[in-house]
Amino acid sequence: MKIRIKFRKQGTMKFIGHLDVMRYFQKAMRRADVDIRYSEGFSPHQIMSFAAPLGVGLTSNGEYLDIEVNSSGSSSEMVQRLNAVMADGFEVLSFHRLPDEAKNAMSLVEAADYTLAFRAGYEPEDLEGFFQGLLRFYGQDQILVTKKTKKGEKELDIRPLVYDLSIVRDSSDPHAPVNFDDFKRPLIYMRVSTGSSNNLKPEMFLQAYCEQAGFNYSPFTFEIQREEVYGPGFHALDSYGEAL
Amino acid sequence: MKKLALSDEILLSIDKPARYIGGEINEVVKDPKHVDIRFAMCFPDVYEIGMSHLGMQILYSMFNSRDDVYCERVFSPWTDLDKVMREKDIPLFSLESQDPIKKFDFLGITIQYEMCYTNILQVLDLSHIPLHAADRGEEDPIVIGGGPCTYNPEPLADFFDMFYIGEGETVYDRLFDCYKENKKQGGSRKDFLEKAAELPGIYVPSFYETVYHEDGTIQSFSPVNSHAKPTVTKELVVSMDDAPYIEKPLVPFIKVTQDRVVLEIMRGCIRGCRFCQAGCVYRPLRERSLDKLKEYAYKMLKSTGHEEISLSSLSSSDYTDLEGIVNFLIEEFHGKGVNISLPSLRIDAFSLDVMSKIQDVKKSSLTFAPEAGSQRLRDVINKGLTEEVILKGAAEAFHGGWNRVKLYFMLGLPTETVEDMEGIALLSEKVAETYYDEIPKEERHGRVQVVASSSFFVPKPFTPFQWARMCTKEEFLERAAIVKQKFKEMKNYKSLKYNWHEADLTVLEGVLARGDRKVGAVIETAYKNGALYDSWSESFRNEIWMDAFERCGVSIDFYTTRTRSLDEIFPWDFIDAGVSKDFLKREWLEASAERVTPNCRQKCSACGARKFGGGVCFENKN
Repeated sequence: MKIRIKFRKQGTMKFIGHLDVMRYFQKAMRRADVDIRYSEGFSPHQIMSFAAPLGVGLTSNGEYLDIEVNSSGSSSEMVQRLNAVMADGFEVLSFHRLPDEAKNAMSLVEAADYTLAFRAGYEPEDLEGFFQGLLRFYGQDQILVTKKTKKGEKELDIRPLVYDLSIVRDSSDPHAPVNFDDFKRPLIYMRVSTGSSNNLKPEMFLQAYCEQAGFNYSPFTFEIQREEVYGPGFHALDSYGEAL
Repeated sequence: MKKLALSDEILLSIDKPARYIGGEINEVVKDPKHVDIRFAMCFPDVYEIGMSHLGMQILYSMFNSRDDVYCERVFSPWTDLDKVMREKDIPLFSLESQDPIKKFDFLGITIQYEMCYTNILQVLDLSHIPLHAADRGEEDPIVIGGGPCTYNPEPLADFFDMFYIGEGETVYDRLFDCYKENKKQGGSRKDFLEKAAELPGIYVPSFYETVYHEDGTIQSFSPVNSHAKPTVTKELVVSMDDAPYIEKPLVPFIKVTQDRVVLEIMRGCIRGCRFCQAGCVYRPLRERSLDKLKEYAYKMLKSTGHEEISLSSLSSSDYTDLEGIVNFLIEEFHGKGVNISLPSLRIDAFSLDVMSKIQDVKKSSLTFAPEAGSQRLRDVINKGLTEEVILKGAAEAFHGGWNRVKLYFMLGLPTETVEDMEGIALLSEKVAETYYDEIPKEERHGRVQVVASSSFFVPKPFTPFQWARMCTKEEFLERAAIVKQKFKEMKNYKSLKYNWHEADLTVLEGVLARGDRKVGAVIETAYKNGALYDSWSESFRNEIWMDAFERCGVSIDFYTTRTRSLDEIFPWDFIDAGVSKDFLKREWLEASAERVTPNCRQKCSACGARKFGGGVCFENKN
């Protein structure tokens, strides 16, 4: 039985890298007694795959992993059992059964939502000016950046890789994250192309804007949070399955 | 959400930030305001090493079972963070509460190997605690050391307020009660040290004075405070089943050296190898019962989710019900995604059968530890492993499908001759020959691989070799060259490989292992001149140490190559480790006579450990 799990990664857990998160969930499956399926062979391993690696330093409200199980309790029971064995910062949000023929999360990923907040001490003096300029920058038809590749430098138009961008000012905004109140400041919301081809890191877009508009930019300027991951047609990955 | 001691900018700029954030599964979280004693438990090496240490996990869980104590962890920051902390003057902090170590009541440091001594000073320094115990005030934590190196604590005497000699499970409760009582009565730091000095196993170095002969050896060592006892007897758990163990080990996020459930099946060893300090100071051998082990195996696998379980002991094959525990692990966990690893097993029909069940033979190699190249020298060191047994084990293993063998040796052992050295190559050659003799061509999976490694021998306190002369660096390297040359002459040279260890480090280890209080100045000077993480080859800088010896006017040879007389007073003689000096002397003389001593189960050799009233000394005696 194929299962898709959605979880949050918050707080200090942002410092745990992707490979360690995978090891963490393998151990969590055992602690929660999930009847997970193992591969055949001399050293069997759990059948488990993740949708899209999250960089170190980013928090998330919408991470996904797929597993296969031999048997399972109800979705609410499994969510509860997993949350009982989570470290502070990890929270399981859903445990959905996928159709048997479903593709794995990794192969579906096409887009993701992010929010970005200025890290304390990095806000520009004219915050409103920054946001207005960003909206104008986004309003262009083409945004060319030079990207370093193995063969040298390449001009790339990143504008088509951004599907949406707005400023979130309060928790009633449909794009406001569940933990909006933790930030206590306006956020930049972006939906960008994600996945193996045409992957755009949201900070690359912000860096291009800062450089063009004359704002300081450093890798620490923004606190970045992933909000959701989508398959084709902007269907959130948890919509592919149903509660047990 | 937890507030960290380090900013995002720092954590995202250094290697493996997960080393410094805590928050792991089974971490103990308490409100520091609601406890009487805050204890910072330190392993003075990087997180991945420290988190792999069983003893620390046992004490962490035991201390935290008390409502009035909050035990937290601290490790050496890696060199990248060390630099940042000094530049920005950030005080060292615990992983749990992220509070500065200076705020704690105790800083407990486990001292597992000599080459971590500069890291101890790093931890004190970054915590803003004066390096010298004498300079500490009422506000500073009590700095207490424990672990195997405290069987000769003297090189570190200046830096510690007290040492706990022996196994931690027994006296810490009384020490904590004593601390609380002293605090309640408004007692001073000195008052507490005096009360603690009266507890068994506790050694307060500032209450003792050493008088030296003109030649630098010790004339006398005695207490100068009426609360201090002349002899400190090691503490020991008599019944392993009654001692606290771990039910919920911490589960690190990052991969650490020991990333598995560890079942400590017994403590101590019956073998009596004459070079081995652990085999002497952990006497007598005491076993945990099979029932207890089963219970812990279930509980720890469940609470951690680890995918591997391993046995821990000095010589697992000597566990009375080895078949019982091994069969239990296989029946209960094998095939359920739990790997079983069985280190320190003697290679015989039973262990080969077990290993072929639980390991992928093609990927694994077999390990033998003959320690010396000739039977004569193996008799000197009392290593009861014969060539016949090794070759028989190897032959069985080759028939079982293995074709990789590792052999461990030591160079520089007392009485070692050129024949003994060359014996390392000859024995390796015989192992290779056994493969080609036993396995017909058509059944071979390629060439056999025999990897021989030699470390250089360091005489340790509380072993029969504590009187032994240690080689110089040049002698060590010459001996390694002799072995290497002999390997080149072997017919199956292409199937053999020979490695040897770093000699500079060994010499230093030799000084620190048998050093006295005069060595403390060298450690401090080396630290102040940049020595740190000396056990890591990428950061070890021998020239700093050589310079420190020169500046302090301390002779390396005095501690290493000097021949010690049988009646010399050693810096560690005030400790009673159970094995008597008379026994060690007898064993030293037996070694020179190339005579072996039977193991504890064959015949009691009256080493002295029987006085603890338990373990193998009382087996089958009701």
